[in-house]
Amino acid sequence: MTGILQGLLTLLLMALFIGIVWWAYGKKQKKHFDEAANLPFADEESARRGKQPHEGEKQ
Amino acid sequence: MEQQQTYNYKVVRQFAIMTVVWGIVGMLVGVIIAAQLVWPVLNFDLPWLTFSRLRPLHTNAVIFAFGGSALFATSYYIVQRTCQTRLFCDGLASFTFWGWQVVILLAAVSLPLGLTSGKEYAELEWPIDLLIAVVWVSYAVVFFGTVVKRRVKHIYVANWFFAAFIITIAVLHIVNSAAIPVTLFKSYSAYPGAMDAMVQWWYGHNAVGFFLTAAFLGMMYYFVPKQAGRPVFSYRLSVVHFWALISLYMWAGPHHLHYTALPNWVQSTGMAFSLMLLAPSWGGMINGIMTLSGAWHKLRTDPIIRFLIVALSFYGMSTFEGPMMSIKTVNALSHYTDWTIGHVHSGALGWVAMISIGSLYVLIPVLFGKDRMYSVKLIEWHFWMSTIGVVLYIVALWIAGITQGLMWRAVNPDGTLTYSFVESLVQMYPYYFVRFLGGAIFLGGMFVMAYNVWKTAAGAKPVNAAIPQVAAH
Repeated sequence: MTGILQGLLTLLLMALFIGIVWWAYGKKQKKHFDEAANLPFADEESARRGKQPHEGEKQ
Repeated sequence: MEQQQTYNYKVVRQFAIMTVVWGIVGMLVGVIIAAQLVWPVLNFDLPWLTFSRLRPLHTNAVIFAFGGSALFATSYYIVQRTCQTRLFCDGLASFTFWGWQVVILLAAVSLPLGLTSGKEYAELEWPIDLLIAVVWVSYAVVFFGTVVKRRVKHIYVANWFFAAFIITIAVLHIVNSAAIPVTLFKSYSAYPGAMDAMVQWWYGHNAVGFFLTAAFLGMMYYFVPKQAGRPVFSYRLSVVHFWALISLYMWAGPHHLHYTALPNWVQSTGMAFSLMLLAPSWGGMINGIMTLSGAWHKLRTDPIIRFLIVALSFYGMSTFEGPMMSIKTVNALSHYTDWTIGHVHSGALGWVAMISIGSLYVLIPVLFGKDRMYSVKLIEWHFWMSTIGVVLYIVALWIAGITQGLMWRAVNPDGTLTYSFVESLVQMYPYYFVRFLGGAIFLGGMFVMAYNVWKTAAGAKPVNAAIPQVAAH
């Protein structure tokens, strides 16, 4: 019984992993992830577009 | 109102400066105990200065004081900048800074006095453990509070790593520190025998996996793209990296207890998970290094990029070495030898310290409204001192460890041991000296950094940058 449960759990976790890979590499996420990848730069650009920089913003 | 329009850089600055201070203190204690192994007279026959008491002081200082401050500083900075919002609750953020400093000072007093619960990397006695728990939960409230009030839709991958780190460390610390207090200064673990050992190394290895790995990967996922001036190589890979890494690390702990009273199947499970960890670890390393793809020339010109990329190389090296050492037959040779200490320092100095140093060189000028550090030349010097220091250190301990392993297992035809322990110890002198030398050079680099930071910060007006009023999304 435990053997079957362990086997099922292994399959379940494997499906979960493949699911995550499937989701992450899916076409739907591409645009979303490209935007997300630029988040470290996002606040600089919008800061530059904004009216005036506040005290001492140098970046 | 005015406050809500700027980022909270004050607490970031405090932690960033203390990272340098505690880095010097922690590594200095390390160099002292390394010297004691070569010249035992250096403990001056004072109980407070013996190796046994200074060693936990060294490990706590470098991991929790130096590494911890670096993580508080960078996580508070990154979560604000990538969520485009001010840190949640200034008062509580300030409490985490002062609370953490009090914890460190209490450790610096109680450990040399010999007050210890005897659990590696969790030596502090129960009253300090309680304070740590309070500070840590406050940290979680500040961090997640900031994520909740973010002004962009997506939670950047670095924050996912920090989030996993904060939650896991809270769970690990509270479970492993469960103890029955006898007096104010003495407690006994709540768990018996082999179970206690398993809980301890479930904690111990996840301290490595989440404190020293996941959290510093969060640092990497922000500062490597930032300094390279281009987004991370593959955001998709970073997502898979995150989920694979955090689900595998949790089960690797038993490899610290090979050939002990721990049930054999638990040891094998630990070994299997440790081997699998190679995949996400290298995935992350490749993702970081390949971010430089198309901009490799920056390695020649920018010593900060070099710090970050060499850190990733050491990360790759030690995450290959680790799974290899977790194989039971390899472990039979390596365990209890200085190979383990060499492995830890390849991760701690090569990966953790160098990624933190590189990140701080990006961060500190920003916090003080400067374009760059006072001297790029000195960063260059620091880079070479760090690299030479780590290489000397780990090569010496590889040789020392394998020598020890081979001498301890050598047997004569009649079954008696070929060497006594002292004979193997005598062989260690030259390697222990080189280790001391490597550590001292690395520490020297930290002094160069302190001078550079001092010259950058002195006289500069601390800034709190404005939050862009139009959110990016």
